[in-house]
Formats: sequence, C-alpha cells, structure tokens
Amino acid sequence: MSALLLEARGLGKRYGGLQAIDGINLSVPKAVIHSVIGPNGAGKTTLFNCLTSFAQPTSGEIWLNGARIDGLRPDRVSKLGVARTYQNIRLFPDLTALENIMVGLEVRQPESLLGTLLSTPAHRRTVRAVQARANELLVALDLGGRGDRLARHLPYGDQRRLEIARALSIDPVLLLLDEPAAGMNPVESHAMMELIGRLRDEYGLTILLIEHQMRVVMGVSERISVLDHGVCIAEGTPAEIRADPTVIAAYLGARAAKHGMDALEPSA
Amino acid sequence: MPSDMVEASAPAIDLRIPAQALIGTTLAIVGTCVFVVLVGLFGQFASRALVVDVIDIGHALMLAIALGGGAALTRRIAGPGAVLGGLLAGALAGAALAVLVVATEAANLRWMLVSLTPVTLHAIGYNLPLLQATALLAAGGGIAGALGALLACLPERPRQAFCGMLAGVVFAGLLHELIANLLQDFHSLDDWMFSYDGLLPTGAVLAAALGAVAFLRPGRARFARLPSAARIGVGLACLLALLALPALTNDFVAQVMMLVCLYTLMGMGLNIELGLAGLVDLGFVAFFAVGAYTLALLTATGGVAVAQLNFFVALPFSILAAAIFGFLFGLPVLKVRGDYLAIATLGLGEIIRVLVLSDMLKPLLGGAQGVVNIPKPSLFGLVLGTPTLLFYLTAAMAALAGYCAWRLQHSGLGRRWLAVREDEDVAQALGINLVQVKLSAYTLGAAFAGLAGGIFAGMVGSVFPQSFQLLVSINVLAILVVGGIGSLPGVVIGAAALIGAPEVLRDLGEYRYLIYGLVIIAVVRLKPEGLSPAAIKHREIA
Repeated sequence: MSALLLEARGLGKRYGGLQAIDGINLSVPKAVIHSVIGPNGAGKTTLFNCLTSFAQPTSGEIWLNGARIDGLRPDRVSKLGVARTYQNIRLFPDLTALENIMVGLEVRQPESLLGTLLSTPAHRRTVRAVQARANELLVALDLGGRGDRLARHLPYGDQRRLEIARALSIDPVLLLLDEPAAGMNPVESHAMMELIGRLRDEYGLTILLIEHQMRVVMGVSERISVLDHGVCIAEGTPAEIRADPTVIAAYLGARAAKHGMDALEPSA
Repeated sequence: MPSDMVEASAPAIDLRIPAQALIGTTLAIVGTCVFVVLVGLFGQFASRALVVDVIDIGHALMLAIALGGGAALTRRIAGPGAVLGGLLAGALAGAALAVLVVATEAANLRWMLVSLTPVTLHAIGYNLPLLQATALLAAGGGIAGALGALLACLPERPRQAFCGMLAGVVFAGLLHELIANLLQDFHSLDDWMFSYDGLLPTGAVLAAALGAVAFLRPGRARFARLPSAARIGVGLACLLALLALPALTNDFVAQVMMLVCLYTLMGMGLNIELGLAGLVDLGFVAFFAVGAYTLALLTATGGVAVAQLNFFVALPFSILAAAIFGFLFGLPVLKVRGDYLAIATLGLGEIIRVLVLSDMLKPLLGGAQGVVNIPKPSLFGLVLGTPTLLFYLTAAMAALAGYCAWRLQHSGLGRRWLAVREDEDVAQALGINLVQVKLSAYTLGAAFAGLAGGIFAGMVGSVFPQSFQLLVSINVLAILVVGGIGSLPGVVIGAAALIGAPEVLRDLGEYRYLIYGLVIIAVVRLKPEGLSPAAIKHREIA
C-alpha cells in the first residue's frame, strides 16, 4: 500500500439534516485515473469539496502521501499538491488567460515588495520565467496565442481547458476534475478523454474524475467508484462496474437493470 | 372588406401617436421649467448673464430644457414632423409658462413656496407686460424645441459642430470669472471677451468657434497616424503645460489642483483595496486621519506636539503609522464579505473619529481643538509656503505614489488581489493565503491615504477632527466609481471631475453639488464602467 497517494477513510459530510456523503472509503494509487460516477445529487461534488477543504468533512479522515489533510485550510491543501477544476467553470473572468495561470504559478514564487517597486533585475527575471512557464502551459492545452484574451471571452471548450491549465500551474500531484466534458459534443469529449490520459502520462499525475459521459469514463479510467445517495455502492474496474446490477439499478431503476449497463451508452 | 378597413383607420391611429407625443413633451418641458423655478435655481441665476445683454443663465436653462424636449421628440415622431412638433411643443410650453406666471402672481403662493418671489416671477416673463412676455416665451420655446428636434435629425458632424458651439458658450459663460482670471495677464483680450458682468457677445462668438473645434477635433485622424514618439511628445507637452498652469495663473488654480492631487492620492489607495482586492471600505478616511495626526504631532510647535521634526522627516512616519493602522483595521473584518464589509468598515471609521474627539484622548490629540501650529513644509531652507509650491510638492508625491501603485497593480501581488476579488474561494484553493493578501491590500491602501493625510496636515497647518468626516470616504469612493474602478488613470480623471469641477464651479454656490450629483448619475447610467475603464479591457481589444 506504499504507492497509495490519496486515501479517504469513512468520510462523511452532513449539511444540517442532509447527509450529503456517508462513510466513503477511497484508495487511489499514484498515477492512476480514478473516476467517481453516480446520479445527480449522489454527493460527488461534496466528496471533491471535502478532499480540497472547500468543505470540512464532519467525519472520517483524508490522507495524502501519508499526511493527514482534512481540517487544513484550502490554500494549505493546495500547497501540498491538490488541484481541482469546477463543475460550473470558475475562472477569474476579468483576468486574461495568461494571468489566470500566472496567479497559480506566482503562489509558488512569491516576490519581494521592494523588488516589485524597484523592478530589480532579479524581479524581472522571475516575471519572465513565470510568463514563459504560463505560455508553455497554454500551448500544452491547445490555448497557444490566446493568452491575451480575457477568460470570460474565451469559448466554452477553451474555458474548460484553461481551468485545467490553471490547476496544473500549482504543479499538483493530485488533480480533481469535476465534469470536464460536461456540455461537449462527442468529438470534443473524445479530445478531452485523450487530454486526460495525456496529463497522467506526461505529468505523472494522479487524477480523480467526476464525469457523466459514460464513454469518457469507461474509456479513460482504471478504477471507478459509484456513489448513490452519499454512499459508495460499488468500486472496481470499468468492466466490473459495467456488469454490476446495483449500479444499473441506481442509474436506471431496478426494472432497467435487466437490460444491462449498455443502455447507458448509446452506440457511437 | 377587412383590408379597406385597415387603410381607412390607419391615418387616425397615425395622428394619435404624434398628438400624444406632443402633449407629453409639452407637459414635460413645462414641468421641468416649473421644477427649476420652484427649487430656486431660476431665481438664483435669472440676474446673471450667460452672454451680456443677450441671455441670462436662468432662461438659458429653460431653453436647454425645451431643446432637450425637442430632441426627445424625434424618438416618437420621424424626421421633419419632429421639427414641427418641437416648434409646437416649445411654443405651447412657453405660452403655458406665461399663463402660469400670471396665475401664480394672482394666487400668491409665496407663503408656501418660498422661491416664488414677485421678482422671480417677473423675471420669467423678461419683466415685460403679459402679451409681449407670452409672445417672447412662446417664440423662444418654439425655436429651441424645433432646434432640438433638428439637431437630433442632423448627420453626426454638423450636430457635433453645433453642440460644440453651444457647449463653448455655456462653458465660457458659466466660468467667465475663472477664465478672465486666468487671462488677466493678457489685458487686450479682456476688453472684448469679458466685461465685469460676464461673457460679451464677441467673446461668445469666439467661445462658440473654439467649442466647435474642440468637439469636431479636425486632424484627429492625422494625429492618430503620427509615429508613437510624436504622440508621446504631444502628450508630454500637454502634461508640462498643465503642470505649469498654477505657476502661470493664480493661487486659486494651484489650490484646486493641489486638492485634486490629494484626492488622487487617496483614490489610488482605495483603488488597491476596492478596485484590485474588491474590499469595500467606507472607513477609508480613518487612514487619512492617522496620517494627518501623525504628521501634526511630530511637527507642530507647542500644545500636544511630541517632537518638532521637519515635514519630510515626519512624512514617512505618517505613511508607516497609517500602514500599521491599516493592518490592524483589516484584522477584525477579514472574514466579513460584501455589503456587511461596507457596514463594518463604516463603523470602524466612525470609531476613529469619535475616539479622536473623545475626552479620553484629549491630552494626546487635542480633542475638538485639534492640533495647530504645524509649520509649512520646508526643503533645504526653502519654505513651501505658497499654494503653487505646495501644489508641486503634492504633484511630485502623487507621481511617486502613482508609480508605486502602477508597479503593484501589475505585480504578482496585484494579480493575487484581482484573483481574490474575482473569486475568493477559488483563489484560496489555488494556494493563495487570503489573510496575507487581504491584509496587504489594507496595509498598502492605507499607506497611500497616510501620505495624503500627512501632506494635508502640512498644507493646512492645523488638524481638526471635523476634517475627517464620512463624506471624505464617500467622495473617494465616488471618484473611483466615476473614473472606473480598478483603473489608475480613472482615479485622476475621477478626482478632476468630482473634486476639481465643483471647486471651479464655486460661482454656482450650493447648486454645484447638483452638478456633482448629476455627473455621478450620468456616469453610472451612461458609462457604468467609469470614464476610464480598467486597462485590461483595452488590452483585450488591442
């Protein structure tokens, strides 16, 4: 178990009378793409919020690389290498694409006030290095040449990829993607699927993925956890999940379970 | 046949809309004119000439209302019909006004409406008998209404030219004292442009011509084609001319420009807090007060003073004290967001003012008596005693501070401020330490206000709690809104518009705040991003 990057034990979050997630166990080894699926309201985003300290879990523990991270401030968790994207895109809309990424890079490269005011050579070198790195990330995500555009003016697909580029800017070990292919057509979601695979291969990232498009999930993940009503009802490889009757029942109701998981996947 | 019915009834419908528009416009003109009379605006200015022996400011205001009515009419009626409509509406309104005057004189409403003095009522009719007054008012209103409609229909260039001419005359007429003052070294100009009473007809012609040129800006396209070095040169020349203005003219101009610089300094500070980091602060005046009191205590002679330092030695302490105070100010409101932050900072600002006034701190800060006897700043034996020299001091400090603000805005810290403004939670998830970033915004923003406060204390020579009212905070906030939140050039433009203009319009008495209000409403309505929106928008287009 030494290769485990992320481990959640008995994770629970209660909002007043609503138990959003309950007793979730999650073990994600390094450099693995692990998907979290489930019907709307199953608690997937709540799980992500707990993992990034966006919300504090009401029970359970979270371990990253052998260190406990639940209860830490979100910026501390980020500094340990946990980056995320959001289901409803949350870029800094009035910053340019380049600046969106630079914000993340500069958190790791704090400059001195005096250097900023006097524009010392060392300060200028740092700024140039940050800009160059930000441009590299833009190019890596097919956003080359769009660095000067305001984030709010980018087309939808570009905004999704810019959000990933910004997440990469903090040099993460664990990347949480919340529905990156939402609202995309089959061609775009296929490209997104390839991108997710590439991120793992090139950056050695461990990726936790929430996604509704089954073609993406089945195509890219090594392991899948299925959440329903805040509880983990199944975990396994895509093939195991595809055949699991409880999963099908959760998605389509018990009656549809007879017809198999293929009902979820319209043939391309 | 249904089609016949439609054709037959069509003209009747067509006439009803213009008739409604006509009646509506007439009533609007009369109503606005009555309002202007009732609030006393007309009475105040009926005796003052816009152009000597031609028209007074009060009637010019009424004609402007008719002009606006005529222009508005073109939205309801198309083309030539609108001109006729404007003529009719203006004439009707003028006649109605004359009748109203007679009725009011008979009714004597002065016990209730204090502005309706016999003198004012007479002045509305140009002090003429009823028939002639009616004819004159109707003719004036009709011509203005028709002209308004005509202007709205004209192509862009002629319209600009005409608007420029009107604006030139109004500008020169309203500000004749100031302009005559500025031109006092050129005595030959005085004789035919201005008399003691105001703008002369010959001067009005010149002002109209200059106004038209200013609006049309011939050669604008050619200027845009010039190499950038030449354009920068022209810009620098304009800046130098502006800087030389106080030295060439008089103390009043220097004082106004100094005030503009002072508010620019504060604006740059609040711009860091509100414009960049998105932290509303209605207690901003507290930082200004800390800076002023620090300088006062460190430099004043006698009284509660603690040391008698030189102004320039004490000024860094003003900045430092305000910055420390800003840091402490930020601590309790760190977790407060949005509207609640406005209220919390408002309270903190008031606490400072009350503390300064309190008996508890009286032995330290002088209470309501304040700190007096602050010597004028002196540099290597040169006492900066005159408003002109003080202006140059303030301008130099503002330039230095402006450079710092510009560097900060385009630094990594500046980007972190923006990120926190845009989305606090996401910024934190990206590793940004919210406490650090917000406190740095409060601290640095306060430092700018501390500098402004220190200069203010040295300039005025005394510091009283009454100088640090909530109104100062609101003024600075209004400067940002008018200039464009988050934009440094906007701060300068906003300060010039909201601090400079009311000072220049001192002739108008209390009514200058009317203009202050109108400017804010006009900007918020017509240019919600401010007169000079944040630079990022330009970069996007370029």
